[in-house]
Order: sequence, then structure tokens, then C-alpha cells
Amino acid sequence: MRLSPDEIIFWQNGFFKLNATILFTWGLMLVLAIGAKLITRHLSRDHQRSRWQNLLEIVVTNIEEQIEEVGLPQPRKYLPFLGTLFLFIAVAALATILPGYEPPTGSLSTTAALALCVLVAVPVFGIQEQGVGSYFKSYMQPTFIMLPFNIISEVSRTLALAVRLFGNMMSGAMIIAILLSITPFLFPIVMTLLGLLTGMVQAYIFSILATVYIAAATRVIKPRLERT
Amino acid sequence: MLIDWFTVIAQVTNFLVLVWLMKRFLYQPILDAIDAREKRIAATLANAAAQQAEAATERHEFQHKNEEFARQRAALFNKATQEAQAEHQRLLDEARQDARVLLLKRQETLRDDARRLNRTILQRTQQEVFAIARKVLGDLAGTTLEERLSAVFTKRLRQLDDQTKSVLAAALNSATTPALVRSAFDLSAAQRATIQNALNEIFEAEISLRFESAPELISGIELVSNGQKVAWSIADYLTAMEKGISEVLDGKEDADALPPPDPLLEERRGS
Repeated sequence: MRLSPDEIIFWQNGFFKLNATILFTWGLMLVLAIGAKLITRHLSRDHQRSRWQNLLEIVVTNIEEQIEEVGLPQPRKYLPFLGTLFLFIAVAALATILPGYEPPTGSLSTTAALALCVLVAVPVFGIQEQGVGSYFKSYMQPTFIMLPFNIISEVSRTLALAVRLFGNMMSGAMIIAILLSITPFLFPIVMTLLGLLTGMVQAYIFSILATVYIAAATRVIKPRLERT
Repeated sequence: MLIDWFTVIAQVTNFLVLVWLMKRFLYQPILDAIDAREKRIAATLANAAAQQAEAATERHEFQHKNEEFARQRAALFNKATQEAQAEHQRLLDEARQDARVLLLKRQETLRDDARRLNRTILQRTQQEVFAIARKVLGDLAGTTLEERLSAVFTKRLRQLDDQTKSVLAAALNSATTPALVRSAFDLSAAQRATIQNALNEIFEAEISLRFESAPELISGIELVSNGQKVAWSIADYLTAMEKGISEVLDGKEDADALPPPDPLLEERRGS
């Protein structure tokens, strides 16, 4: 029983290897980049525009609105990072309708990599917004006793991010694989549809949680006296 | 082991590359396009608002001008009406004046006509009277009118009162030219002699006379000397007759000039 596409290794030389996860990721990257390039090649700045441009504009503006709604006042600054998170996970889930495809998000290595990116991005954006001292001081809120718990919470939520996404994507793929061996005709299609829904939900959850973490880190904490 | 650390590193790298790619090919161009469109829409809206404001201003101005025009037109119309009324009044007055002048002229013409007719009638009457008188005298008394006239003149001379006589005598005596005897007809030698004798007798002196005929005297004779005059003619009778005829004619004219009485008015007055 194969749990992760990491296990499909095409080429290996010591520490370096080329597995299905990396290969499918490159494929998705190519599709995303070339698709974006093709659509944005002839962008219209007028009222008349192509349906593909409309689709992309809807996607981008919706992501922007979501980021702003969560509490980040300058969504354009975070749009590339958070938008790409969502798009990558969503497209990885959507592509499961293709036969022979294994979502790279079904690999714990990928989800861990994405979670690590979030883990690093949170302090980076936090420091950018409120400065080093103010950011690290936020770990000792409300008292310094909370410092270890805050750090544990930081690590555990990153772990949770990684495992949640991996669990959902892997289970989806696995259920379909098991169902295919039992009832190979109708039921796997329904489960694939369910898997698509789960994938979109997971993409949304992952990116919205990342947004919330960044929003919490970038919020400037005002002294208690000032607040009252 | 579910986590392959090389794959983790590779995926982190892949993800960062994807972020860059997406930023480069997706977000930036799309956002730029949206911004450009929004800017364009905002510019269009601003332009529309400006045009609307301008239109409102122009409309206001136009309305103002329209009102001003209407006011001016009303004023001009009033002025024109007043002028027309004044002109109307003036023309009416002028026409009335002209009519009055025409009426006066017509009345004058009528009067002239009447006067002319009068004169003609008079002259005709005169001629007829003379003719009748001459005929009557000839038929009844066997004498001529001229003879009777000289006789009457002579008689009158003899009947002059003393004061007149003395004044006339003084005039005759002081005259350097002969006294003039004018008559409407040529006096015969006998008549002339009768008059000469009568004068010589009355003034007891030799009076030198000069005889002249003047048809305008209307069957009369007159003696003129140094500003004094003794005359007799039937002109006085004729004048009286003329007066009578004139009175008759004037009375008719006045009756013509008066408007006919209004029977209705008369009736109302009566009731």
C-alpha cells in the first residue's frame, strides 16, 4: 500500500532523487505559469475582455477580498504568497480528475514544505509590519510565562496545517484507490467528485489559516493602558 | 518515513519559484489591468460629472437668457403697442382734422355757390325788373325808364335839405374840375339839359358838368364833386330784395346742416 507519491521514485543519486511528487509539482507549475502567461499575454484594459481574463480577474479579486476580510489592510502585499498557496493546492486537487495523476499535496513532504513556508512567512511579515522587538515581544503576551506555550502553539499549528492537508488529500486518493478495487465503476466517480470538493475546501482552509496567522502576527499590539 | 527531507526542500524551492512565477505572470498583469480600467472608469465618471455640471450651468444660463429674452420681448411688445396706439390716435386725430377741414371747405364752397347763385339771381332779377319797369312805364305812362329816372333824380336834387345843399354847394364851388354825373345808361341831350338846368337853379350858379355812363350803378344816377356825392338808384330796392332772398337761402342751408331729428329720441323725450 502506497501512502505518498514520494514513494514513486524515477531517479535517485544519493540524497537527490526525482519522485512523482516533484514531477507532478513541476507539471502543475508549468500548467499554472504557462496558462497565466497565455491569458495575460493579451490583457484588455478596456471594458471588453476575454472570458479567460474575466475568470482570472474574478479569482484574483476574490482572493484579494478574502485576504482583506480576514484583517489584512494591504492585501496586495500578501496576495502573491497566499494566492499561490490557494491556487497550488486547489489546482493540485482539481487535477485528480486526470487518470494516473497523483496530487503532490497527498505527500506529507509537500504539505510539510508548504507549512514550513507559512511558518517562516508569519514572522517575516510580522517583523516587516511591526519591527523585530515588537514582534518577538508578542510571544510574551500577556506574560513571559506564555512564551513556551506560544512557541509550542506556533510549531503545533504548522504541524497541524501539514498533517490536515496531507491527511485529507491522501485519504481521498486512498479511498478512491480502495473503491476502485472493490466497485470499479460508479462509486469511485462519486468519491472523486467528493474528493474535488474536499480538495477545494482544504485549499481554502489552508490559505485562510495562513492568512489568519499572518494577520495575527502583523497586528500591532497596543499597550493595555493606551487601549483603556 | 512519510517525510522525505529532500522532497521537502525541493517543494519549498518549487513553491517559492511558483510564487515568483505567479506574481510575474498572473497577479501583477491582472492587477495592473484592473487598476488601469478602474482609473479609466473613474476618469470617465469624473468627465461625465464635469460635463453634467457644465450642462447644468449652461442650462441655467440658457434659462436665464430665455427669461431675459421673454422679458425684453414683453417690454418691446408693450412699447410697440403703446406706440401703435399713439400712432392710431394721431392718425385718427389727423383724419378728424382733415375731415373737419374738408367739411369747412365744402361748407365754404356751398356758401360760395349760394352767393354766386344769389348774385346771378339778383342780376337776372335786376334785368327782369328793368325790363318790366321799362315796359310798364312805356305801356302805362308813355314814357321811358331813363326819362323817369332823370326826372326823379332832378326831383330829389330839388328836395335836398339846406344843410346838404350848402355842403354840396361849397364842394361844387371849390372844385377845380367839372362835377361828374354818372349814370347807368347814356343820358340823352334833353335829360342832360334837364339836369344841368336843375343844378344851375338849385345852386344859383353855372355848374360845369361832365357826363359819364357806368352800368354798375344799376339803373341810377349820381353826382360826384370834390368828395361829395348825391345819388339815387334802384339798388336800394334790390339790396332789400337780395337780403330777403339771402335770408330764405340761409334758412334752407341751416335746415340742411341740422341732423334729422331722431324719432325714437323724440318719443323717449315725449314719454
